[in-house]
Amino acid sequence: MILLEEVWRTFQVGEAEVGALKGISLAIRRGDHVALVGPSGSGKSTLLHILGCLDRPTRGRYLFEERDTGSLSELERSALRQSRIGFVFQFFHLLSRLTAAGNVELPMMFAGVAPEERRTRAQEALRSVGLAHRAKHRPDQLSGGERQRVAIARAVVMGPSLLLADEPTGNLDRASSREVMELLERMNADGLTLVVVTHDPDIARRARRVIRLSDGTMEEEAP
Amino acid sequence: MRAPDLLRFAAGALSGHRLRTLLSVAGVGVGVAAVVSLTALGEGARQYVVNEFTSLGSNLLIVMPGRVETTGSIPFGGVTHDLTLEDFQALVGRIYLIRSAAPLAVGSETLRHGDLGRTIPILGTTASYAEVRHLEMASGSFLPRRDPEEAGNEIVLGTKVARELFGGENPLGKLVRMGVWRFRVVGVAAPKGRSLLGFDMDDAAFVPVRTVMQAFDRRTLFRILLEVRSRGEMEQAKREVVRLLAERHHTQDVTVITQDAVLSAFSAILNALTLALAGIAAISLAVAGVGIMNVMLVSVSERRAEVGLLKALGATDGQVLAAFLAEASLLTGAGGLAGLGAGLAAVKILTAVYPAFPASPPAWAVGASLAVSVLVGLTFGLWPAYRATRLDPVNALMRR
Repeated sequence: MILLEEVWRTFQVGEAEVGALKGISLAIRRGDHVALVGPSGSGKSTLLHILGCLDRPTRGRYLFEERDTGSLSELERSALRQSRIGFVFQFFHLLSRLTAAGNVELPMMFAGVAPEERRTRAQEALRSVGLAHRAKHRPDQLSGGERQRVAIARAVVMGPSLLLADEPTGNLDRASSREVMELLERMNADGLTLVVVTHDPDIARRARRVIRLSDGTMEEEAP
Repeated sequence: MRAPDLLRFAAGALSGHRLRTLLSVAGVGVGVAAVVSLTALGEGARQYVVNEFTSLGSNLLIVMPGRVETTGSIPFGGVTHDLTLEDFQALVGRIYLIRSAAPLAVGSETLRHGDLGRTIPILGTTASYAEVRHLEMASGSFLPRRDPEEAGNEIVLGTKVARELFGGENPLGKLVRMGVWRFRVVGVAAPKGRSLLGFDMDDAAFVPVRTVMQAFDRRTLFRILLEVRSRGEMEQAKREVVRLLAERHHTQDVTVITQDAVLSAFSAILNALTLALAGIAAISLAVAGVGIMNVMLVSVSERRAEVGLLKALGATDGQVLAAFLAEASLLTGAGGLAGLGAGLAAVKILTAVYPAFPASPPAWAVGASLAVSVLVGLTFGLWPAYRATRLDPVNALMRR
């Protein structure tokens, strides 16, 4: 489902070119659960953003669902993010002025889904993360774990095939972390491909595959 | 993305910063209120002048002796005939488009009552003058109707003359002297002010035209005033007057002017004034626009993470642009409405205080100020919104 061939990503820092990714080749099957680990600055977030079509490789090919993303227009990449790829962030990135349900409705709003259908689908998604009763609450009235579960509901409401999570438990206590990971794993078990960036060895251990990045190169750890 | 969703999303973003939103709206509101009230003032001034002219009698033709032209090109060229009472009679008798007409002969003399004397213009005319010039009487009546060829000893005083010569006394029926002539006061005119002909009507007196001609030994008239039946017949009447007098004088030696010429000149001047006022007010709208741009730039950089999120959720650049543009135009649109309300209220207060001043904002100014305020939002919001679309979502999302 995901195929990276010799992917490089370099950034211009002043005069110097800094390589964040140096020739990454990687294949991820549908329904897989992959952890990206490594120290800060090793390139794991950059890799995640390239996988999410938020960033483009400087060199190399990225095929998502058998399509070469390099040849896609910005509009087509937006469409991919909208319907095929879900994002979960360390800092949740919920809009504080919207309710939980309002946040979950956001991607459907940009997709032009009718308000009535949006409401039922948002309610459905919140139920699947166990927060149906919190739909009318604003983010500041929710705990960290609840916020991340709202964010997950938002990420999956369009029915994506790939879920990218950037340190999803980085801001949560142990109990909430476990809840969130169990939720993600349950979705993974239902066929959602899951890629998690993490520092936490405990979280990484739960993945089927662990990819270790260091200084822009990768090695896969034996399971 | 649906338009109602876009607007609700933008309104939600604005409601997060109530004070900032309020101040931006107020900035635009002041600009629009300035446009509305200043153009109302300008338009009011124009309307006021037009009304004043109309009250003088807008269907007025003024016949003057002499012709406006460059002289001296033809040696022994035509003789200029003066206007006479016979010309006046001919005009009245032969041009059916004329509703009423008054001759005007002018002299200047000292009018005396008791020990007091006052040197003023003495206007000789007929009873019709009151109709032609829409002259109101403060007391008594105007000159009696009679053959213009007959002299008489009636006199009508302007308000100022009456006040100066008689003080608090009622002048009606009293005698005034002018040289060897004696007149009986039959009326006092209501205040009228300076007329088109250049006389202060309040500081003048009216006597029968024949009397002035005898007293000052005049054979000619200063002017003939004609009131045409309707506005639409002004041009035709003017042509007929010129033709008739040319026939009588065997040459075209009179000038006929209408008030329209003067009126349209004034109107044009005051229109220019209104436009200038609108221009000045528009500057404040532009200032408000720069304020909006500033607010939107702050808003965009504060909400980098939000922009990054929207892109990650699949919003296109166009949708991000539209969201921020909608915010800017909501700000200025609301400002436009608030300013319109404030401006109209200011005009209402003004007309309540000065009822005589017909201030009302012209419709174009109302429509234009609303349209312009939304346009200001779109224009000054465009660059910040464009910057939002250029934000790198990755960098934006890395922050908290």
